[in-house]
Amino acid sequence: MSRWIRASIPLAVFLLIAWFLLQGLHRNPREIPSPLIDRPAPLAALERLQNLEHHLASASQAVATASLQGSGLAPTGVAASPSVSDGIGTSAPSSSSPAALYAGKVWMLNVWGSWCSGCQLEHPLLNALAAERLLPIVGLAWKDSPAQARQWLDRLGNPYSLVLMDLDGKAAIDWGVYGAPETFVIDARGMVRFKHVGPLSDEVVRGQLRPLLARLGAS
Amino acid sequence: MSDKPVPNPLAPVALNEAQTERLRRLYGEIRCLVCQNQSLADSAADLAVDLRHEVQLQIAQGSSDTQIKRWLVDRYGDFVLYRPPLQPSTALLWVGPFAALGAGALIWTIVQRRRKRAEAEVPGIGRGTAPSPSTGAPSPALASQANRLERARQLLSHPD
Repeated sequence: MSRWIRASIPLAVFLLIAWFLLQGLHRNPREIPSPLIDRPAPLAALERLQNLEHHLASASQAVATASLQGSGLAPTGVAASPSVSDGIGTSAPSSSSPAALYAGKVWMLNVWGSWCSGCQLEHPLLNALAAERLLPIVGLAWKDSPAQARQWLDRLGNPYSLVLMDLDGKAAIDWGVYGAPETFVIDARGMVRFKHVGPLSDEVVRGQLRPLLARLGAS
Repeated sequence: MSDKPVPNPLAPVALNEAQTERLRRLYGEIRCLVCQNQSLADSAADLAVDLRHEVQLQIAQGSSDTQIKRWLVDRYGDFVLYRPPLQPSTALLWVGPFAALGAGALIWTIVQRRRKRAEAEVPGIGRGTAPSPSTGAPSPALASQANRLERARQLLSHPD
């Protein structure tokens, strides 16, 4: 009996090592766990795209923003602030903190850039999500120029309730961004609940995002 | 469409010699998150450029190394440090090799001790070598065999 136990020790050690190595096979080494999960979303205020390009606010953007406001997806929550009802940016403050604007709501932050090819890949999915009016999607254009960002949105469609510009990359650092596209979900208490690195896929949306939103009670 | 962000020239930060030395040491301890096998000092990735600039700024502002590392860890997690801190989730990493060494030493001593005890109880078993005449005193088992043989010979030679 004890002989069998003794003989099975090497097998047990082998299985243990094999289990660890097997785990390693299925892991994505580029997926670094974010320390932000279940912590408050960074509050940094950022320039709105509209403010940076007030000289060329396009009519199509005005229509898009108006329809978003009609749907109740436009930023709300900051008491007595004229900026929240303003879509074009003429009377908006020069900068906005999405975490403050969307306090009390479940919202999504999508980090993108017109220079990022992965962002183009996921863009149709964002458009579809926006059309569903599941939750407000804030776009953070990471190290992009306002003109190029606008061009991109005109070409591929604008799924964003609000587009913020991170010209120097500082906000992206605050969010722990290391490779666009990255997507975060922030709950009604302002806590980061989800982070996805890389283009969103149907699998991610179906398998992770929707169940999470259902739990968080996103309307 | 090039896969590179719009360049954003960052103003260089003026640092004195001691600060530059600190900067160099810090860079070596920070991992670049884009090209994971490079330190922050070696990486040409755009994010690394931004992070280097941020570290420079913080050194110029008088932040301590611990504060700067804390700042980075708050954003990118322990992964950003090449030397992860000792905490529950990294305990296995730090203690594991020593634990394995200790377990090996323990098993070795137990095996040795058992072998010695077995040898003391039943001679000739422990190491699997038969006692040879050259090892001096014969074993008791062999001696009793020899005695019986001697008695048998005496009986044969003097059949009364």
